[in-house]
Amino acid sequence: MSIDGKGTSVSDNVLAGLAEIVEEVAGVAADDVTAEKSFVDDLDIDSLSMVEIAVQAEDKFGVKIPDDELANLKTVGDAVKYITANA
Amino acid sequence: MTAFNVSASVGGTRIVGLASHQPENVVSNHDLAARMETSDEWIRERVGIVNRRFADKDESLVDMAATAGKKALEDAGLTAADIQGVIVATCTMPSPIPNAAAQVADRIGVKAGPAFDVNAACAGFCYALATASDLVRAGTAKHVLVIGAEKLTDWVDPEDRSTAIIFADAAGAVVVGASDEANIGPVSWGSAGDLAETITIKDRNSFIHQEGQSVFRWATTQIAPVAIRAVELAGIELSDVDVFVPHQANLRIIDAIAKRLRAKGARDDMVVARDIVESGNTSSASIPMALDHMRAAGEISSGDVVLLVGFGAGLSYAGQVVRCP
Repeated sequence: MSIDGKGTSVSDNVLAGLAEIVEEVAGVAADDVTAEKSFVDDLDIDSLSMVEIAVQAEDKFGVKIPDDELANLKTVGDAVKYITANA
Repeated sequence: MTAFNVSASVGGTRIVGLASHQPENVVSNHDLAARMETSDEWIRERVGIVNRRFADKDESLVDMAATAGKKALEDAGLTAADIQGVIVATCTMPSPIPNAAAQVADRIGVKAGPAFDVNAACAGFCYALATASDLVRAGTAKHVLVIGAEKLTDWVDPEDRSTAIIFADAAGAVVVGASDEANIGPVSWGSAGDLAETITIKDRNSFIHQEGQSVFRWATTQIAPVAIRAVELAGIELSDVDVFVPHQANLRIIDAIAKRLRAKGARDDMVVARDIVESGNTSSASIPMALDHMRAAGEISSGDVVLLVGFGAGLSYAGQVVRCP
């Protein structure tokens, strides 16, 4: 895992950026968006909001998240891992 | 060699009459929740619909289309003798032939000109309006009646909670006539056949099926640019748009597109159609019906600059700027 000059890992930055998107799209406080949370079960995010989150994440991180991949991203951690690996 | 005659073209076109028709039977979210696994809250959150109307067995698509068409003629102050073409946008006739338009022309008493259907699904009204506008501008017809009419309940599985809560029945109509200046702008349109499988009725024994996430992604990301292109083609600015009437597909799609337009310069006080809340998704009928309802409610005025954009199965899309009649 790569580390930037401030000692923050890339995946930490992705998590923080993703949390901002989730807050804007679904109104979930960014602090509640942690790696182990399930989008559907814990954060109460529906399938259409997931698409909105994916679209914004694509713009923000320069990554493609097709709908069939999106279905595999159950937790926030899954999404961070996917974005970090594919950005 | 002698050149053939051409019809005398006119400077521009405009919408000179507007009307709509809905069946009597109002179906609420609670009515649906009583017969399938769904709830008022779930439907409001997912699609933003509260009520919709379903046609009875004895009210056909042609009945609804003819009723809306007659009312549009009255609104225009015209009679059937003034009409030289009937175009019906529809994707839910009970069978492929005969088409709807010929029967509608006959019901209304239109004797002259072509009568044909356009199937571009939820983009159908904007396709038909563009076609009618060009027929009038080229001098092929003086007035063309354009109707979007759907009886979606004939093609929806009443047990399928992903579609039965969304789709409904209605007709909306406009009359297009000549004007010295353009009051219907050039059309911004196209298709995306690579996504054909995302909204389908597979065969005569099938119901409507749509891949919700794929369609949602396409509509929320690809349609705002189509609308913006229509504004550019009309030679105006997004900030000149008074009213935005997208196809009434899903309130979340409508809000997402409006947000993108505002990010590109549309005004915060631009009126955005939300007719879906009380009417459901009526495919090609939704745009003219929303416009008619908004005008009747006094939310918009004659002369307002209105941006229309339709999008749906095909996939197909079309938009244009018009002046509210």
